[in-house]
Amino acid sequence: MKTFIISGLLVLISIVGAWAGDETPTVLSNKEAISLVQTHADYVWTLVAAALVFFMQAGFAMVEAGFTRAKNAINIMMKNLMDFSMGSLAYWAIGFGLMFGVSKSGWFGTSGFFLSDFSPGGDPWVLAFWMFQVVFAATAATIVSGAMAERTKFSGYLIYSVFISALIYPIFGSWAWGSLYKGSGWLENLGFIDFAGSTVVHSVGGWAALAGAIVLGPRLGKYAKDGKIKPILGHNMPMAALGVFILWLGWFGFNPGSTTSANKDIAMIFVNTNLAAAAGAVLAMFTSWIKFGKPEVGMSLNGGLAGLVAITSPCASVTPTSAIIIGAAAGVIVVLSVLFFDKIRVDDPVGAISVHGVCGAWGTLAAGIFNIGGTSAKIIGVQLLGIGACFVWTFVGAFILFKLIDLTVGLRVSAEEELEGLDFVEHGGSAYPDFEISHASGIGAMGGQGLLKAETASEKMFRKPVEQI
Amino acid sequence: MKKIEAIIKPFKLDDVKDALNKIGVNGMTINEVKGFGRQRGHKEIYRGAEYQIDFVPKVKIDVVVDSSLADQVVEAISRSANTGKIGDGKIFVLPVDEAVRIRTGETGESAI
Repeated sequence: MKTFIISGLLVLISIVGAWAGDETPTVLSNKEAISLVQTHADYVWTLVAAALVFFMQAGFAMVEAGFTRAKNAINIMMKNLMDFSMGSLAYWAIGFGLMFGVSKSGWFGTSGFFLSDFSPGGDPWVLAFWMFQVVFAATAATIVSGAMAERTKFSGYLIYSVFISALIYPIFGSWAWGSLYKGSGWLENLGFIDFAGSTVVHSVGGWAALAGAIVLGPRLGKYAKDGKIKPILGHNMPMAALGVFILWLGWFGFNPGSTTSANKDIAMIFVNTNLAAAAGAVLAMFTSWIKFGKPEVGMSLNGGLAGLVAITSPCASVTPTSAIIIGAAAGVIVVLSVLFFDKIRVDDPVGAISVHGVCGAWGTLAAGIFNIGGTSAKIIGVQLLGIGACFVWTFVGAFILFKLIDLTVGLRVSAEEELEGLDFVEHGGSAYPDFEISHASGIGAMGGQGLLKAETASEKMFRKPVEQI
Repeated sequence: MKKIEAIIKPFKLDDVKDALNKIGVNGMTINEVKGFGRQRGHKEIYRGAEYQIDFVPKVKIDVVVDSSLADQVVEAISRSANTGKIGDGKIFVLPVDEAVRIRTGETGESAI
């Protein structure tokens, strides 16, 4: 027993000895240890933030499904799943290299395709950084889904989602953000401020959405011949609201995570993000209340998102008071913008063009106006240049892309298929089978057999079983 | 035998059911239906655009009773479903030729 205790004590002493370190710590070794802890914290924060931004995909899916009809809910889920999944692969292969590779011209990167900057055993920072960037690319891609909802051919949408993640988004991104890694962009070299992507992510998504909605045309029955707007009701407002809450949460990764380092800056970015969203929701509610006589839920939800989009660019470079002003203005702008696009008959079922395109442009301009370090005509001029460059590049690029898709595989489903609902004709399923008495129940939210001609889309499907990808 | 069809405001269903139970009606069938009468519909707003709801949600109750009970049933429904406001609904009384209890094969009044 005695020997056992003694040997135990000896082991303990030797452990303590080893724990104290073989070498005495020096100032230098302490410094290295501290910086290692900081590096690890940077990894953790960047990847936690990436996870939060990834969750925004769920938010987009819920918002879009809630604001559209039940007969297209599966299609919305498939588009959101696939623009993230196909987009991830496209961004891995091509997009990341174009955006963050070495760029001599300042227009696009030319290295780092297929994540070739990572070698096993080497520095894994490129992996953490890629993960954070790919969820941003997917956000830009998925914005478009909502504006094109309920009438887009699924195969055409898949082609689009590869091109935006591989080309349209990364090339603009390289102009503004290339130097965050190995690149260098002409726009950032002029001093363009877009901390987390009001322009780089949201306006790119919004302007591509505008191009898509224009090329597609409005949903059947949305605009009457006499000029009246006939609203097509979304099937689940609580679902849309849940989506907005999820997006709001995700934004706490989107903006503060864009530091890609664990530091004290994230506190103000967090607060700014929240205040702008709150001000956006409140002001959109009051705007709808004044304009329509009731505090309307759809506009209020869009208002929260509008505030978030607007503060994305200036979140690190404005005071919390400015953040409130920026968000509040976005809340008013988004309501007026939704009404404007309806008036010119651009059918955007979820308001994506107004929320992401228009309020993204406003936020980018606001980053110049409310800049914490002071503003000048030059700063504002560069912001305007960035906003304009984004619109021209994205809108024109996406417009050509959608036109080409339309001329080749087709971008829009037939009128019969649209009436029937995309869930059945494109995916052979039904989102809520237990809530339907039968599938042949006429028009309305749950679809039903096509009414325009004798052979319905379902019959066509059974005759020619697999038409999909 | 008589069949009483009553179209009422949905939130009045429990009151009507209790009133019918009290006078000895032990079974009924209900449907969620939509329609309009003098009440017409109402206006709602969606994303800034106003639209007309023509068909308002209602509940339709079907009760089949002995002919002698029909007046009481009508009275009970009109009393319990009444709010005094437009849109309270309607009651129709129809003759029933035959009733069959599927399980036992009983027919006529003993089947209801």
